[in-house]
This record gives sequence, structure tokens and C-alpha cells, in this order.
Amino acid sequence: MNMNGGQALMKALENEGVDILFGLPGGAILPVYDPLIDSSIRHVLVRHEQGAGHMAEGFAHATGRPGVAMVTSGPAATNIVTPLCDAYMDSIPMVVVTGQVPYAAIGTDAFQECDTTGITMSVTKHNYLVTEAADIPQVIHDAFHIATTGRPGPVLVDIPKDIVDPNNPRSAMEWYTPDSHDLPGYLPNRAGDSELIRQAAKLISESERPVIYSGGGILKARAAEALLELAELTGIPVVTTLMNRGGFPDDHPLCLGMPGMHGNYTAVTAMQESDLLIALGARFDDRVTGKVAEFAPLAKIIHVDIDSAELGKVRRPDVAIQGDCRLVIEELITALGEIGGREAQPDRNTWRSRISGWQERFPLTYEQSKDDELLKPQFVLEQLRDATPDDTIVASGVGQHQMWTSQYWKFNHPYTWVNSGGLGTMGFAIPAAIGAKAGRPDRMVWAVDGDGCFQMTAQELVTAATEGFPIKVALINNAYLGMVRQWQEMFYEERYSEVYLTRDVPDYKMWAEALGCVGLRVESPEEVGPAIEQANEVDDRPVVVEFRCEAGENVYPMVPAGMSNSDVVVDPSQQDRPR
Amino acid sequence: MSAPSTPNEGGTTTLVVRVENKAGVLARVAGLFARRGFNIESLAVAPTEDERFSRLTIVVGVDAAPMEQVVKQLDKLVNVVEIRELNPAASVERELMMVTVQADPPIRGQILDLVRIFQATVLNVGYGEIMVSLTGSPSRVDDFEDLLRPYGIVDVQRTGKVALSKLAKTAPDPLAP
Ligand SMILES: Cc1ncc(C[n+]2csc(CCOP(=O)(O)OP(=O)(O)O)c2C)c(N)n1
Ligand SMILES: [Mg+2]
Repeated sequence: MNMNGGQALMKALENEGVDILFGLPGGAILPVYDPLIDSSIRHVLVRHEQGAGHMAEGFAHATGRPGVAMVTSGPAATNIVTPLCDAYMDSIPMVVVTGQVPYAAIGTDAFQECDTTGITMSVTKHNYLVTEAADIPQVIHDAFHIATTGRPGPVLVDIPKDIVDPNNPRSAMEWYTPDSHDLPGYLPNRAGDSELIRQAAKLISESERPVIYSGGGILKARAAEALLELAELTGIPVVTTLMNRGGFPDDHPLCLGMPGMHGNYTAVTAMQESDLLIALGARFDDRVTGKVAEFAPLAKIIHVDIDSAELGKVRRPDVAIQGDCRLVIEELITALGEIGGREAQPDRNTWRSRISGWQERFPLTYEQSKDDELLKPQFVLEQLRDATPDDTIVASGVGQHQMWTSQYWKFNHPYTWVNSGGLGTMGFAIPAAIGAKAGRPDRMVWAVDGDGCFQMTAQELVTAATEGFPIKVALINNAYLGMVRQWQEMFYEERYSEVYLTRDVPDYKMWAEALGCVGLRVESPEEVGPAIEQANEVDDRPVVVEFRCEAGENVYPMVPAGMSNSDVVVDPSQQDRPR
Repeated sequence: MSAPSTPNEGGTTTLVVRVENKAGVLARVAGLFARRGFNIESLAVAPTEDERFSRLTIVVGVDAAPMEQVVKQLDKLVNVVEIRELNPAASVERELMMVTVQADPPIRGQILDLVRIFQATVLNVGYGEIMVSLTGSPSRVDDFEDLLRPYGIVDVQRTGKVALSKLAKTAPDPLAP
């Protein structure tokens, strides 16, 4: 079938199962926006290309399917660099199509030319500059394969204008459906080594104080059920990193919650005191380990990861298994069965009682607001958690509000937590929530956002309002870049430098209304519940609820950067308790 | 991908990397080394017998990063097809040097002595300078350069080494499967 490159691009995307595309047109990508009209793919017109990228990420977080964004060349391509880096750090499957100046003009500093593949080389799993229209079907097929297999990640496809422009003879091509991949250097392996898995099973059955350290790889591998089975078979407690909240149910008795810099005391301490860490799809990030040399000093390590470069990158494992988390866990369960199953597991009552002792002495805690005080953000999050369906999808920005959300929410379902972990991108919440809603229109989607973050990407609420994505935003207005304020309070002798945002400017309620949303403002604890209920009722447009919160609240526990996890700072009210 | 071997004396390891012969591949490899803080001592690129692939010979300084990470990260590049680590004892290494040395007529003979001893080649002769080339193992090229230095090196260009594995010295076992 004869067609032009632009038509081929649309057809190739359709063939990959794409049904929604986040983007914004411009000169170089213009020819592709014409065949888009005739395509079955829905296009969501964003207000800033960063929004398109985070929407694609949010879509992927919530569905497990690759998110797709399409933008033009030059400034649009640079605007989407942040989401690419974000997706790269968090292993999010995403395909970004960028327009480029005509092939012959590349290198001439043409209008809106930039070296997109050069700029994005280090923040993508792979990228392409397509030079011939005839390459489009194969490149798109390969791009989706790379984005979604092995360790998932973003792939960028840069397309010069002439090969998609029907008025240019270079765009003429014959359609073909690629039936294989042209990737001799890319052969991801999924199955783990059986002998190593048997060794892991043996280590587990010899361990007295094991902890399962579960990371984002669990969600990527669709391994939540397998993880549950492994934990229940062995009775081993599970910590869920920031990237794996929801990958193991918070209401399960074996769940210890989030470890790390703002993890809860029990999760941090159980890892620190363990004699065996079973790391499943986790990468020993510095926010989890604290000072690496003093991290879990007595623990042997079983490390399972799809990316062999993670094995031994930070901490040398005793058993290193390269493979897909789900397949390896399933095989591990079989191997444990072969050596006696549950009955063969040692008695771990002492370990269990130490853990429950920590849980009793060091629960998450905060002081309720006094009469003249504004809201406590933790209170708002507890109320929101309790007033929303169990399977609500929560997206968050970056800062104190993110840590409180991860701490106080009860994540009982996989794919309900959408956040920016590795890059820590302020402004992630709103566009990511829109992407999640686009992928899961059946679910209630709340964004929990900071006042600083909100001001970075609030314009995408226009996208939400006009394109029909009735997300809800809980805006934690503490008048500060709160997380930075907390560091200045704790580590810079309360010398506050450029962290005050003001309390009343902008007027968030009016701004929300101007953006096409319902705007609500809440100041006192008794208004919180009713406002959430009111927001939950709205289904025809987005809602922003501004919660006016105390400015001075700090996130605890905290392991100060570079310190050992053994020196975790607990809430001031718990400081005198025996550890 | 072979298991990491012990680096040789200079704290370097030689990697032979087969890559797809595509635009930008060298930038990907160089960018990866820069980004991960690995140090390239020398790098040579050449076509292979199969035109779809090129061969990079990379000498890596191993002080900065564990070799295992270098190899694993390199292996993740989609265009990298195969990585082999060359153990210096089990490989043949060669490097080419071109060098211009000051050589006024009275001392030209001394330099030609060295050229003869090293079996180097005279490429060009000027009134007060001489240009020679030498192909040899990197250490032999080092020696030659050291001996020429006192005469005054005007210009020098070295290719960086290329290497191939040594060949088997015994006949294959006819009973092996
Ligand atoms: C794009 C970006 N710029 C700067 C930072 C550094 N940073 C981390 S948290 C934070 C404050 C966030 O403020 P806000 O959104 O109000 O959240 P809060 O901490 O007050 O809950 C800043 C500036 C960042 N993570 N991302
Ligand atoms: Mg704030």
C-alpha cells in the first residue's frame, strides 16, 4: 500500500495498540497532525509539552502500558526532556515522537532545530533519528519493543519533517508490517538461573531475621501476586519502597510499609537489623540505604533484578539473580516448596516480636492542630484516605506532601500510586494524574500536590477540564517550599533562604475556577470531611481543594542525608523511647 | 560478555566491543563513559568483515570504576552487540605511531640508528626534521618514543591500540563433541 511517512507513523502507532496520544503540534510535526484527524487514536491537547510527557508517564504507571507523547522540534523537544529523564529514572515505558527540521537542514541551525537525539541520549533507554520514510514502521515497532521489555524505559523517535510531509517526494513509501525486530544488540533475558534460585531458597530457609525489600520492579513485572504468595509462604515481612507502594498491600500483617529517608521506623530498622535482605526489583537507592557502608551491616543479600547492571552496583549480593521478578519469584516459590515449604522455615518468633515492638513504640504520629492553628497536612491525608474508595489512584508532587502521602495512605492495590521517585520532579502530580485518569477512567483519581509544585504545572488543569478528565487535586498549601524549609530548619540553623511562597498569592480557589475547575478552600478541621465529600461528588470537571495547612510541620522519621539508617531521627514526641 | 579479568599493570583494561554500524553509536559509547565517570585511555574504531558492524577497541582506566559496571552499562546500550575483555597475556596488541623529530644533519644518523634498531620506517625527511612511523606493541612504541624524546619531538600522533585474541597452539581434540 502506497502512503506517506505521516500516514505510516499513525498506522504504526495504531498497530502498537496506541489509543491515546498526549501532545501539542508545531511546524516540524505539522504533517503528522493531518493524518491524525483520520486516525482511531485520541489526541489530548496539552498546554505545555512537559505535561504531555508526565501524562504519558501517569498513563503508564496506572495501566502498565506504554504512554505515548508527540511534540514538535526545538523548544518542544527540550520541554519534554524532564519527563524523559523522569521516566528513565523510574523505568517507565514511554515512547515520545518529536518533529525535526527536514533532513537536509539538520546541522544548519535551522529554525527550531535542536540536537534532540544528542540532548536526550543520556535520559532515554534508546533513541532514533529516522532518516527515511521507509524506516518508520520498523523503528516504531522496535521503539515499543525496547520501551516495554527488559528494564522498561523511555524511547524517543525524532522524525524529520520531509519524510512525513506529503508534499515532499521523500515522504513516499510502501507500507509493510514488520514481523520481527532489527535489534542484534538487544536480547533481554527474563528467566532466572535455576541453580541460583535454589541457592536463594536455601539462604532464605536458613535466615532468622529476613526482610523482603521490594521495589518498583515488582510492579513493572506484574509480580504483586507472586510477591504476596512468597511472603505468605515464608512468613517474611515486606518493605515496599516509594516505587512499590501498592505492590504489597499495606493492610497485610506482613507489610512494614516504606523504608528509607522518610520511611517508618520499623521498615528502616528491620532492614538495618536483618540477617538477610531479599531485594526484589529494587536498586539500593541512596534514599533507601542511607550511608551505604553502614546499611544493613549484618545482612546477606539476595538481589533479583531484570537489569544485571543493578546487581552489585551499590552492594555486592551473596546471590545475584538476573531475571524478571515475577518469573524468578514463582520459581523461588517452587524451590522453597522442594526443600520443605512453610514447615521448613525456621522459627522466627523472636524476630516477629522485635518487629511488632518497634511498630508499637514508633508508629507514625503527629500532633493535631490546636484551636488557632491551620490544618495539619497529615490529618488532611488521613481524612482523604478514609473518604475515598480503596482503589483510588493517587498521584503526587515532590516534597513533604509526597512523603506524607506515601506514609499515611493505605495502598492496598497495585498501580494506585503514581509518583516521581528517582528524579523527584516537582510539578509531576497534575499531568500524571490526568494521564492516570485517561488510562483508568473507571477509577477515582486524586492528585496530592504542594503549593510549590502546583504552580509549576497547574495549567494542565485546563487540559483536564477541556478534554474531560475529572481529576481531583488536594492542594497542601503550607505557604512554603516545605521540604527545603525543613532542611534549612534542621541543617542550616533555621536560616531560611528563598523558601517562602506566600500564603494568599495566588488565590488558588479563583485560579482553579479560572482553569475550568471547581475550586474549594478549607481552613479548619471540621470542614475537611465535607469538602472531600463535595469534591468526590463532582464528576463533570476537575476539582481543586485548597487545604490551608500549618507551615512549620516536619516530615518524620528522617534519616539525614549521608547518615546511617541506624541514626534515624524519630518524631520529637518519641525521642526518649527505648529503641 | 566475558567475566571481568584482572586489569594489567597500568591500571587499564582493553575492551573489544562490536557495535552496530549506525550513526551516533560512538557518541553513545563516549557519552556513557562520561556520564558514569569512566575514563577512556584510548579508543580505536574500525569496520569489520561484516559491514553491519564496527569494532571499537577501548582501553579503559580502571581506577575510576569497577570494570564490571563498565561492561554491564556498556552492554545495556541497544547498539552494542558484543563485548569482550582482552586479557593482555592472551592477546596480541598493536599500535601505530607517527612522529616528527628534530634532526639537524649532524645528528640525523643517530636517529636513523634508532629507526634501524626498532625497524621503524622513515616517512619524510626535511632539512632539520625527520618523520618516522612505528607499528608495534604499545610498550615497544613507548620505548621508541622515550628514546626519541631527547632529540626534540616536534609532533606525535598515536592511534591507540587495537588487539586480537591469541590463537590456539594445539590441535583441537578430535574426540570433543
Ligand atoms: C523541578 C524541581 N525543582 C526543585 C526541586 C527541589 N525541591 C524538592 S521539594 C521542594 C519543595 C516543594 O514545595 P511544595 O510543592 O510546596 O511541597 P511541600 O514540600 O511544601 O509539601 C523543592 C523546591 C525539585 N524537586 N524539583
Ligand atoms: Mg509547600
